[in-house]
Amino acid sequence: MANLKPPLPRALRPKPKGPSEDNGHTETGPKQKLADVGVSAVDWVDERTSLSAGARWLMFRKVPKGTNWFYTLGSATMFAFLSQAVTGVILAMYYDPSATRAYESMRYLTNEVFLGEFVRGMHKWGSTVMVILVFLHMGRTFFFGAYKYPRELNWVIGVVLLILTLFMSFTGYLLPFDQRSFWATTVGVAINGTGPLVGPYLNDFLRAGPEFGVTTLSRFYALHMLVLPGAIAAMIGAHLYLVARLGTTAPPWMKADIPADVRKDDA
Amino acid sequence: MSVAPDRKQQRKPKTTEESRIPGAFEGETVSRRRFMTGTVHAAGGIAAAAFTLPAVGLAVAPVFEKEEEHWEVVGPTADFSDDTYTPRTLTLVRGIGDVGKSTVYLRKYNPTIDSEERDEYNEYIAISTRCMHLGCPVRFVEASQRFICPCHGGVYDFQGKVNGGPPVRPLDRFYTRVRNGNVEVGPRFSVNSELRRFSPRDPGQPIDGIGQYVYPARPSVRKIPGT
Repeated sequence: MANLKPPLPRALRPKPKGPSEDNGHTETGPKQKLADVGVSAVDWVDERTSLSAGARWLMFRKVPKGTNWFYTLGSATMFAFLSQAVTGVILAMYYDPSATRAYESMRYLTNEVFLGEFVRGMHKWGSTVMVILVFLHMGRTFFFGAYKYPRELNWVIGVVLLILTLFMSFTGYLLPFDQRSFWATTVGVAINGTGPLVGPYLNDFLRAGPEFGVTTLSRFYALHMLVLPGAIAAMIGAHLYLVARLGTTAPPWMKADIPADVRKDDA
Repeated sequence: MSVAPDRKQQRKPKTTEESRIPGAFEGETVSRRRFMTGTVHAAGGIAAAAFTLPAVGLAVAPVFEKEEEHWEVVGPTADFSDDTYTPRTLTLVRGIGDVGKSTVYLRKYNPTIDSEERDEYNEYIAISTRCMHLGCPVRFVEASQRFICPCHGGVYDFQGKVNGGPPVRPLDRFYTRVRNGNVEVGPRFSVNSELRRFSPRDPGQPIDGIGQYVYPARPSVRKIPGT
C-alpha cells in the first residue's frame, strides 16, 4: 500500500509549466508571464475552433520561384476595398440620402467636420485607385497566363468582382448629389436604357419609377452601401479561397527546375 | 465472365419493404429518411421565400406602378406666342425640391409650321428640355431658332426634330390644355420623326420603325389613350 497519504492541497501542488517553459525558454520575468497569457488565450480559442490549421493553410503557402511585385496587385486591390469600407462607414454617419438634404449633409461633412474633407477625399480618390488596381491586377493575371487551367473559375469570379466594382463606382457617383453627379447619373441611366427590350424596365427598376424620384437616391445608396459591398466581400472570400487552394503561377519567363539526370533521360 | 445486370430490365422496387429497408412498414412507398429530407428542404425553402419574395416584390413594384396624371398651370394663354418659345418651370416630381423641377418650352400651335393634327391637347406646344441622346438639358437658342444640347452636341430644329448630332428622336413633349384662360401642362409623351405621339420612352431609345418594339412602352407611364 503505497498511496496512503492524503492528497496535497491544491495550493501546495507544484505549478504546471507555462507555455514558454515548454518551449525551452528559461526567462520568468513579467514580460514572459504576459506572453504566456497571450499564448494561453490563443491556445484556448484554437483548442475549440482549430482555427490555426486554417490560418496556416491560408498564410504559409509555397510560392513559385520568380514571384515578384506584380503579385501584390491583388492584395493591393483588397486593401483599397477595405479602405473604401472603413471610410464609407464614416461617411454613412453623416450622409442623409434624401434628395433635399444629401448635398447639404455632404457640404457639412466637408466644411465643418474635423478631418471630414480628408476622409471624404480618401473615399473619392480611393474609388478611382481601386478601379485602376482592379484593371492592373487583371492585366497581370492575363499577361502571366494565370487564368489558365485550373484557375479559370477564379478568373470568372474576378470578372464578377470587376463588374461589381464598376457598379459601386456608378451608384456612388450619384451620392454627393451635386450638378455633376446628378447629370452624370441621368446620362448613365439613359445609356443603361438603350439595352434592347429589357433596358426600359431596368431603368424603371433603377430609378424606382419612370422619373428620377423620391426614392431613387436612397435606392442607389442602399445598393452602394449594403448590397454591393456584401456581394464584393463574399466574392473576395471565394477568390481568396481559390488562390489559397490552387496556389499562384510562376511568371511565364521562369523555366521549370528539372534535375540534370531527368533532363538527360528526356534527350 | 459475369455480365452486369441490365438495370433497365430490373423492376424498380415500389415499396420500402421490397427494397429491404430495415423496419419498413407494409405498403410504405417513401422511406422515412427520404420523407424527412424532403420536409426539411421544403421548410427551408418556404422560410427563405417568405423574406425573399416580399423584398424582391417591393424592389420591382415601381416598374409596374402607374404614375398618376398631373396637370400644372403654367400661365395665362396671353403669355405664349406662336413664333417663339417661352420657358416655364415645371414640377415633374413633387417632394424632392429643385431636383424634381424641369424647364419646358411653350408656344402656341402655328398652322404655318406645325403639320400634326390638332386636338384638345396641342393648342399649345410644350417641348421637354430632356435631350433624346442621353438626357442632358437642352436649351432654346433664340438666335439660331434651335434647341442645343451642351453635352454631346445634339441640335434640334424649331419643332424639336433632330437637326444633327447623336439624338435618336425628336424632343419629347407634354400634353397641354386650356382651362379658365390658363395653359396647363400635363403628362409627357414621346414623338417619332413624324411627330406622332407615343408612350414616353427614355432618352437614347429610337421609336421609328422597329424601335418602338425594341424599346417597349413601360407600364409606369403611358400616353393618354386615343391620342
